[in-house]
Amino acid sequence: MKEELFVSGRNIPNIDPFLNIWHWQIPLYLYLGGLAAGIMFFAGYFTIMRKEKEMETTVKWAPFLVPIALVLGLIALFLDLKHQLYFWRLYTTIRFESPMSWGAWTLMLVTPLSMVWAASYIKELIPKWDWKFGFLNQAEALAIKHRKQMAWAMMLLAVVLGVYTGILLSAFNARPLWNTSVLGILFLTSGLSTGLAATMWMSKSKYERKVLSRLDLIMIGIELFLIIHMLMGFLAASEVQIEAAQLFLGGEFTVVFWVFVIILGLVFPAVLEILELKGFHVPVWIPALLILIGGLVFRFVMVEAGQITRFLY
Amino acid sequence: MRYAMAIDTKKCVGCGDCVVACQTENNVPHGYCRDWIVENVAGSYPNVEIELRSERCNHCDNSPCVRCCPTGASHIIEGGIVKVTHSECIGCGACIQACPYDARYSHPDGYVDKCTFCDHRLEKGQGTACVEVCPTNCLYFGDLEDPNSDVSKALKNRKWKVLAPEAGTKPQLYFLT
Amino acid sequence: MRILSIHIFTYIDIYFMKTRRDFIKISALGTVGAAMATGVVSMAKGSSLPGSHEGSGSVFNGQNRYPTYCEVCFWKCAGWTYTDNKGKILKIIGNNNDPHCNGRLCPRGTGGIGMYYDEDRLKTPLIREKKNGKPYFRKASWDEALDLVAKNLKKIADEHGPECVALFNHGSGGKFFGTFLKAFGSPNITAPSFAQCRGPRETAWIATYGEGVGSPEPTDIRDTNCLVLIGTHIGENMHNGQVQEMSQAIDKGATIITVDPRLSTAASKSKYWLPIKPSTDLALLMAWIHVAIYEDIYNKEYVEKYAYGFDELKEHVKDMTPEWAYGITTIKPAVIRKTAREMANAAPAVIIHPGRHVTWYGDDTQRIRAVAILNALFGSWGNRGGFYLKESLHLPYPKTPPNPKPTKTWRDAYPGQFKLASMALSSGICDATIPTADRACNFKGWIVSGTNLPLTLPNQANTVEAMSNLEFMVVIDTMPMEVTGYADVVLPECTYLERYDLIRTSPHREPYLALRMPAVEPKYDSKPSWWIAKTLAEKMGLGDYFPYDDITDLLDWQLKQVGSSLEEMQRIGVKKFDRESGGLYFQKGEDVKFNTATGKIELFSNDLAAEGFDPFPVYTQHPGPPEGFYRLIYGRAPMHTFSRTANNHNLWDLKQENSVWINPKVADLWDLKKDQYIWLKNQDGIVSAHPIKVRVTERIRWDSIYMVHGFGHSNKKLTRANGRGANDSELITNVVIDPVMGGTGMRGNFVTFLKEKPEGEVAS
Ligand SMILES: Nc1nc2c(c(=O)[nH]1)N[C@H]1C(S)=C(S)[C@@H](COP(=O)(O)OP(=O)(O)OC[C@H]3O[C@@H](n4cnc5c(=O)[nH]c(N)nc54)[C@H](O)[C@@H]3O)O[C@H]1N2
Ligand SMILES: Nc1nc2c(c(=O)[nH]1)N[C@H]1C(S)=C(S)[C@@H](COP(=O)(O)OP(=O)(O)OC[C@H]3O[C@@H](n4cnc5c(=O)[nH]c(N)nc54)[C@H](O)[C@@H]3O)O[C@H]1N2
Ligand code: SF4
Ligand code: SF4
Ligand code: SF4
Ligand code: SF4
Ligand code: SF4
Ligand SMILES: [Mo]
Repeated sequence: MKEELFVSGRNIPNIDPFLNIWHWQIPLYLYLGGLAAGIMFFAGYFTIMRKEKEMETTVKWAPFLVPIALVLGLIALFLDLKHQLYFWRLYTTIRFESPMSWGAWTLMLVTPLSMVWAASYIKELIPKWDWKFGFLNQAEALAIKHRKQMAWAMMLLAVVLGVYTGILLSAFNARPLWNTSVLGILFLTSGLSTGLAATMWMSKSKYERKVLSRLDLIMIGIELFLIIHMLMGFLAASEVQIEAAQLFLGGEFTVVFWVFVIILGLVFPAVLEILELKGFHVPVWIPALLILIGGLVFRFVMVEAGQITRFLY
Repeated sequence: MRYAMAIDTKKCVGCGDCVVACQTENNVPHGYCRDWIVENVAGSYPNVEIELRSERCNHCDNSPCVRCCPTGASHIIEGGIVKVTHSECIGCGACIQACPYDARYSHPDGYVDKCTFCDHRLEKGQGTACVEVCPTNCLYFGDLEDPNSDVSKALKNRKWKVLAPEAGTKPQLYFLT
Repeated sequence: MRILSIHIFTYIDIYFMKTRRDFIKISALGTVGAAMATGVVSMAKGSSLPGSHEGSGSVFNGQNRYPTYCEVCFWKCAGWTYTDNKGKILKIIGNNNDPHCNGRLCPRGTGGIGMYYDEDRLKTPLIREKKNGKPYFRKASWDEALDLVAKNLKKIADEHGPECVALFNHGSGGKFFGTFLKAFGSPNITAPSFAQCRGPRETAWIATYGEGVGSPEPTDIRDTNCLVLIGTHIGENMHNGQVQEMSQAIDKGATIITVDPRLSTAASKSKYWLPIKPSTDLALLMAWIHVAIYEDIYNKEYVEKYAYGFDELKEHVKDMTPEWAYGITTIKPAVIRKTAREMANAAPAVIIHPGRHVTWYGDDTQRIRAVAILNALFGSWGNRGGFYLKESLHLPYPKTPPNPKPTKTWRDAYPGQFKLASMALSSGICDATIPTADRACNFKGWIVSGTNLPLTLPNQANTVEAMSNLEFMVVIDTMPMEVTGYADVVLPECTYLERYDLIRTSPHREPYLALRMPAVEPKYDSKPSWWIAKTLAEKMGLGDYFPYDDITDLLDWQLKQVGSSLEEMQRIGVKKFDRESGGLYFQKGEDVKFNTATGKIELFSNDLAAEGFDPFPVYTQHPGPPEGFYRLIYGRAPMHTFSRTANNHNLWDLKQENSVWINPKVADLWDLKKDQYIWLKNQDGIVSAHPIKVRVTERIRWDSIYMVHGFGHSNKKLTRANGRGANDSELITNVVIDPVMGGTGMRGNFVTFLKEKPEGEVAS
């Protein structure tokens, strides 16, 4: 029999017996970041494709969620900091090797951009809107004029943001479950999917919903592929990664992962969307909500399970 | 200069003195620790072996905790000692996630703390608190680049290993086996 | 010729057989001594020494440091208490010049700081009261509490005689209460470190070598070539000097042979681990003796010169072959032979360690006798790498009036028994407190200083019964330990970091003195023992026995007698003196007169024979566990001392509770999982009051379980320790008394496992 134990009674809060240093704030932050990235990406995409009319919700209304999501995400991130008074230290330096650092800076760019984007459509949403100050009106005009450029920037930054939500985890080699390059692209795809779901839910246009639904099916397909790819990768890797994969294959997280993330969060909504496309009547909020919840649970599962996995002991 | 520590697992009795000494020297709050003892048991009675290891931050040459720190609070000083500047640390926990040895902890005051190789003592020409207290004299500390340092001498004539070399961090705690 | 009586143990009981009228007479005589003593005091006064720590100590590396010696166990390492400029204690570091620690304290000594900071400490004197039939403790002033103690002790003395008061002590403060009790008229001073600890060893050694082993043990481990540990688990038993020297021995490549049914830490570092069947060690020892003699590998020169009774021994062990021992011990004959040869090869630089806590199976004196004999056969006593000839410095004490002569002692409760006990038996006094029809002496009053009797004496229920029979009990302690709960008066002593005590004079390779002085003022309303004992004595008209105003006067006077001073010791903490008794080892061919009847090392013990005991050890079988039960063996965790450190925050951080070690096969059989909490039930149906965590480990045999002693506290005032882990003492109800010296064999108990808390069955 093998036995390994701390004989000095180590029992440090949030570290022992397993790491739990990141609580609900981080997965929520990652989720909201992904959602925001998803909405922004397609807003940008359809703007560039000149589909503002057909894809009105995608381009104009859903992006109002983005600054809200980002600000909530930032609040969550802030709440997770243990030395909050020193928060400003994040913005006194740029560290390219630290995903945390460039993530903070990306958000620094993305959040205002998303606000400007939303602001540029506010008069379409609320016709009586008045900017009160002249320079703001000028700014609005400027923004409306440069929508195309902004759309490109949004697409680009959305990809960065979406990938970042995954890389923030995968940068940590020390956590075998996160130690996979798939995570960046996987979280990006998942972010895009949740963005589509949120937009779909808001959209009143049948056409728009159909387009979004098709895109979403593609995303779900890619996601499933990446997840399987990730698990296979773990099983073919080192002992610690095999152990990590076991968390989902019989271990502690098996039920949440397969039931809530895979079946209820991906497969079932995909089936519903296919049925809808085939002409069956499915209330759109059901698959949308399932995808949104599935994405959230996925972030929680990955953050929680990842922290449990370790190299030693 | 490259500071390192060697731990003779054949002499360590797992008493935890190094842990208490670190706590009182470095004012580590109750319930936390910068070093700790692991016991590893293998075999079956009566063919059993145990290994006792006093562990702490490895002051890795290739330190992911420093790389992932968004503020530069985690940094490397003379001799390869990995340190945290409390007033730059935001307590984001990234470095804790990054350390394969779980050598860092979140201090109740918010910042992240860990073994400093007692650099405040080294400055005064003293040894680290844990090395100086160890009743079995099984901890060796010093400059790897100096062939006459305790640690170099300890490593020269003995077999040793490092922990989780596959994590690629180039740890600087050597366990004499 | 060297007379070894200088080394003779100081604690040989002297019985006074006088009437109580003498007591009063001698009391009156006291004034003579007092006059002399006053002279002493005024002499010391001239030096105007500080009464507290202020202004003394020294500054080191920007911090203040004060000399001390550690009180967390009885190795008494000298060190420095560091404080910052606000008088906050920062750390305790060993004194480099002290041979007990060589500048390195053990974890308990380093963590001793936690005793000072413990917020659960006793804070004021307490007096037992009753409200609506419910007992409780009321806070009291020192004056009131000590008056009450004086009144009750006087009452017992008047009604039953002062001899009916006993002192249980362990640790530095006990000395002062000993002085008090002797002055009061009772010789019944006892410590659990005899009948529950090293008593059999001392008796066996005195019977063989004419002197005890003593503490610290004069084992020359650093220079040995072969160290044999029989149940002595150095490394877990954290007696500092031995741990350090064992490590040196490992570095030098010495052979270590460990005999232990458990893979102890020491066993894991040994070249040979002999996983013996518990309780059979004596057979192994006799087989080793057999091999040494019949393979002709013993130290002939030494035996011829110093030993007595070799031929009889040879005859005695004739049939005690390794093959015979194999059937008993399960240790293979080849291994027994090989290890005996290892010892012979190393001889005389070989140590068959006499152990320390040796009260195991009731035949312990005889077992340690075998150890003593084996050492003699290899000539290790008095030789380099074996046992060195220790020396200590005797400090003069100012003259005090003679003590009154008591009319009876604890021995009267055991007529014809335990004559070879060189100290009073704690368990004996405890038992004699429970009245029986035919008992010559009952104890009516206990003074308990620094020993937690309910966790220290075996058979807890018995101890509790004894205490409930007392007319009066006063406890001097630092913590609200179990024992304080039974007291009528509780007196809070300040910790060793806050007080002076007597100078440490324990023996070593050279004589050393060490000073303990306060680093800070006593916290709360606590006081040092010297003050408590002296004030109590004064209240009872016995002040003359404490011929000093302040302890610093006494210490300074004593130190000046040997050419030092309190001022010097405050600066250096530890002072080394030159040896006066000759070399550290016997010279080749040196004539030595041992303090035995024959003047020789008695392989054949005349002392034992005279008392009707076997003059040579004889193996007898001890009962094994009944079906479904496992032998309860216990020991030490390196970071704790008995029950005293369980609540110490620094050490609690390292180990909060004990666990029960169970072999994986046994765990499987009982379906026990790692970290599961279970209750233990012993052969007499006693169930542990608290559950204990399971540790499934290959380090323990399948017929035994192991747990660390000192946990399972029941006093709720111990906020950290209460209810954590289980207490072995309550499960030790089968006690086998060593007929030779009254030691309490505690390893003949067997336990089984209960997975659910048994209703109604729980002993509390
Ligand atoms: N079951 C079992 N029983 C055993 C043993 C065992 O292994 N198992 N071991 C035996 C052995 S070897 C021994 S030596 C004895 C030891 O027996 P004890 O010396 O009784 O051991 P402790 O449990 O440490 O109790 C010490 C008491 O002293 C108090 N104390 C600590 N410091 C001070 C101080 O400075 N002043 C005062 N006044 N009090 C203080 C503590 O609070 C505590 O109440 O136990 C024996 N009994
Ligand atoms: N950390 C720490 N160190 C201490 C103390 C402490 O409280 N804490 N107390 C000090 C004191 S006062 C004492 S007396 C000493 C006691 O220290 P030792 O004399 O070393 O202690 P024991 O309790 O006799 O030994 C316990 C060992 O005996 C083994 N054992 C049990 N049964 C048998 C048997 O039948 N045969 C053999 N061969 N071995 C057996 C156990 O597995 C265990 O390893 O420790 C001292 N050192
Ligand atoms: S102090 Fe030394 S012997 Fe004790 S646990 Fe630490 S390294 Fe091991
Ligand atoms: S052990 Fe951990 S904290 Fe220390 S340098 Fe290496 S990665 Fe960083
Ligand atoms: S917790 Fe502090 S030291 Fe660690 S990565 Fe964050 S800012 Fe750097
Ligand atoms: S080197 Fe200093 S900080 Fe590090 S573990 Fe040892 S005592 Fe603690
Ligand atoms: S061995 Fe440890 S506990 Fe005992 S006196 Fe020395 S330092 Fe104190
Ligand atoms: Mo003892």
